Amino acid sequence: MSLKALDYETLNENVKNCQYAVRGELYLRASELQKEGKKIIFTNVGNPHALGQKPLTFPRQVVALCQAPFLLDNPNVGMIFPADAIARAKHYLSLTSGGLGAYSDSRGLPGVRKEVAEFIQRRDGYPSDPELIFLTDGASKGVMQILNCIIRNQKDGVILVPVPQYPLYSATISLLGGTLVPYYLEETDNWGLDVNNLRQSVAQARSQGITVRAMVIINPGNPTGQCLSEANLREILKFCCDERLVLLGDEVYQQNIYQDERPFISSKKVLMDMGAPLSKEVQLISFHTVSKGYWGECGQRGGYFEMTNIPPRTVEEIYKVASIALSPNVSAQIFMGLMVSPPKPGDISYDQFVRESKGILESLRRRARIMTDGFNSCKNVVCNFTEGAMYSFPQIKLPPKAIQAAKQAGKVPDVFYCLKLLEATGISTVPGSGFGQKEGVFHLRTTILPAEEEMPEIMESFKKFNDEFMSQYGDNFGYSRM
Amino acid sequence: MRRFVIGQAKNLIDQTRRRPRPHHNNIRLLSLLASDPIPVSSSRFFSDMTGSDSSSSLPVTLDSINPNVLKCEYAVRGEIVNIAQKLQDDLKINKDAYPFDEIIYCNIGNPQSLSQQPITFFREVLALCSHTALLDRDETHALFSTDSIARAWKILDQIPGKATGAYSHSQGIKGLRDAIAAGIEARDGFPADPNDIFMTDGASPGVHMMMQLLISSEKDGILCPIPQYPLYSASIALHGGSLVPYYLDEASGWGLEISELKKQLEDAKSKGITVRALAVINPGNPTGQVLSEENQRDIVDFCKKEGLVLLADEVYQENVYVPDKKFHSFKKVARSMGYGEKDISLVSFQSISKGYYGECGKRGGYMEVTGFTSDVREQIYKVASVNLCSNISGQILASLVMSPPKPGDESYESYISEKEGILSSMARRAKTLEEALNKLEGITCNRAEGAMYLFPCINLPKKAIAAAEAAKTAPDTFYCKRLLNATGIVVVPGSGFRQVPGTWHFRCTILPQEDKIPAIVNRLTEFHKSFMDEFRD
Repeated sequence: MSLKALDYETLNENVKNCQYAVRGELYLRASELQKEGKKIIFTNVGNPHALGQKPLTFPRQVVALCQAPFLLDNPNVGMIFPADAIARAKHYLSLTSGGLGAYSDSRGLPGVRKEVAEFIQRRDGYPSDPELIFLTDGASKGVMQILNCIIRNQKDGVILVPVPQYPLYSATISLLGGTLVPYYLEETDNWGLDVNNLRQSVAQARSQGITVRAMVIINPGNPTGQCLSEANLREILKFCCDERLVLLGDEVYQQNIYQDERPFISSKKVLMDMGAPLSKEVQLISFHTVSKGYWGECGQRGGYFEMTNIPPRTVEEIYKVASIALSPNVSAQIFMGLMVSPPKPGDISYDQFVRESKGILESLRRRARIMTDGFNSCKNVVCNFTEGAMYSFPQIKLPPKAIQAAKQAGKVPDVFYCLKLLEATGISTVPGSGFGQKEGVFHLRTTILPAEEEMPEIMESFKKFNDEFMSQYGDNFGYSRM
Repeated sequence: MRRFVIGQAKNLIDQTRRRPRPHHNNIRLLSLLASDPIPVSSSRFFSDMTGSDSSSSLPVTLDSINPNVLKCEYAVRGEIVNIAQKLQDDLKINKDAYPFDEIIYCNIGNPQSLSQQPITFFREVLALCSHTALLDRDETHALFSTDSIARAWKILDQIPGKATGAYSHSQGIKGLRDAIAAGIEARDGFPADPNDIFMTDGASPGVHMMMQLLISSEKDGILCPIPQYPLYSASIALHGGSLVPYYLDEASGWGLEISELKKQLEDAKSKGITVRALAVINPGNPTGQVLSEENQRDIVDFCKKEGLVLLADEVYQENVYVPDKKFHSFKKVARSMGYGEKDISLVSFQSISKGYYGECGKRGGYMEVTGFTSDVREQIYKVASVNLCSNISGQILASLVMSPPKPGDESYESYISEKEGILSSMARRAKTLEEALNKLEGITCNRAEGAMYLFPCINLPKKAIAAAEAAKTAPDTFYCKRLLNATGIVVVPGSGFRQVPGTWHFRCTILPQEDKIPAIVNRLTEFHKSFMDEFRD
């Protein structure tokens, strides 16, 4: 047998260190069980269409026409496509340099980037420059590209990341050989963050010669769902200014808001509202996607990032890295264009579009409530309300006997719990350890995406399992918020 | 607070440590996860620190960004293209200021941007999968071929819930991988396992993934052909590795000599570099050569003997223009030598961007990964999972490319005529441009046996080289800039692909439509003559 060219030992350590629980142990086990014939409810990833959410009709009509432009030459096309979809398909095709099959500009089609800029301007009330907007194959690719630029080594280009966090950040930082400094969100304070704690962490780091360069915020939060207030954002931006950090604003859930006290407000708007000097100095990169909101078009892989106060030559370098990947996929760019400039009142497809969108958002709001209340009715489970995003992140107060049993089974306690939940109910979640949490505190993340009509049964099933689990391992001191 | 915070770090570490690793670099992991970034026990971690440079006021500037980003280059969309784009914008308003009325982009293998049409059947299927409601309507039968409707149904049945907007399995939809594996088997005569397939947004992300796995530091080297497609050099630079060049022999039609591979490998070893893989592009880019089977067998043996992963970039497998050469996949060659999973680690890359389908903008491709242990494959899967999955539309296209219409299918005739039309036209254009280039003074051009490019060698006169030096430009870049300004034709200087030092080339695609080729030839010929008149020794 020859020398093994690439064996586990010689693999890049960064790869080995990287973890991505969303498709990790629980998901793999769930897939195995599914193959064996067990009915699995996949609530491990924010993947709305996989749980029955229907795609919006209008964008699918437009993109279908763009896929097969010869349809536009067919005299009968008006019989099955509405006129505004036909017009929009022609519009987007005219923005391309050869249809969906040609590489676009590495930053994305200029025409679509212009539409994104116009959307941002309408949303925030401040101008946006299309040249500073790069379309990417999903927001994740954009995050990876930016982190790749910021991270120099383990000591320089260190990133402040919320805990709990969406593990794209920890996984990517790991892959890039960087360092993550966590800042803990306070569960008892609605997952709020304390800028003073942040300040201390950064000061400590700096005193030891570590250069922290960026701070990530996920707003609305994932897995935590909290929506930041304007005051919060001001505090954060001032902090980033003082500490000379670039703010990475993951705003992919900006359309998913389930309460009215804290509507979404973009980091860019707050920054601009704060005026000079901050608005001219604080560096900000904002991320958005077609995968979430009420679109849920995960499989298209469409996203963008917008850069604020990044110097031109740095933008060139980021462009250079983007150009190595040649171009983001063009169909998703069209989805992005449609998302930022949807049908308007008076358009043929407007009513249907609004009906479909509202239906989805209102249902998500209801499901956020059903799930939160459902978890809170369970023994030893407390759950903050899902203010936004797509997840519920209940805290499971595991009794000491359960933790012991987990240890004996060689499993992290919340993994142990989630595996048992999976085996008993088919509900596939992600253990809180995959997102980071305080020591000795356990959670799981589930999505609020299962169909509304199936929710009551799912919550029943969970409650039955949980309460039995707590009886089996507990001291019968039973605690639930409701 | 500090103790509390170290405790958190420990918790995170314990949770993510999957197996005991006695030699594991604790510091790396601690620093990765420590909320208190200074673990108590690791004073030596910071012994070599000089403190950060905080002279710039902004955190992210050219001074502070990842130096690997600064180092990497990608000429295909580099300087010359930027100039061309500015010219193109200016042409719209200053038509008369230029001796040409359009920019012709011959810099990038982007066929559909130069009016190549997509394959009708493929797009029919994609449109139906994009908007599945179409399948429920009677009128659809009037607009789409029967077999495209059938294929769309078949594909949708393989997608859970027929949800083309959902993230799929991180390796790609299983049913589509089955079709690809079947296509590979039909092509090679050897079985392929769908679990070996990782679908990616184009072939490029797959290359990046492998570089990430293979490269831990600059001590890890990857053998790359010179000239090479600069994805390889850029990716190696981004991942902090070392490119170990092996020179293709222009005089023998860009031949690949094993003796050269051996020499470069030894050279690298003597410099303390551990060579981990050999990248081979077949058919070649920019060079266009198609390897002989014998050559391929020698390469396979070389990799097996030296313990190298063979990275086989086969994206141009459908682009072969000469009757005396044929594409053979490295997998087929290895298996026909009797080498199996335990003998050779092989990663084969394919894309939907090239061939006769030219679907660059869809971003579809895959890598077939064979000859790795299961724990390594788990790591590959893990890295793939961080991005969740590749775009579904691209996945569907990849499966169509690997299992196109067959004789007897309703769409077969039109499919075959579209395919052959495109390929025969490419072959003609390759020949025409090659002949034209060979007629130019001081230019020799190997034939394009495959791929989409010509890579002529320009024997630049000394005066031209001196002028280039004075302009602080590489001589081939100087030539290409002059060419662009005189004719509007955009090509990529050879230095973007690397070449034997002291030789100069440029890469030109064969993709402009056939009716534009005579004008291109004329303009190029005219330009070259005046260039040589100006600079001839």
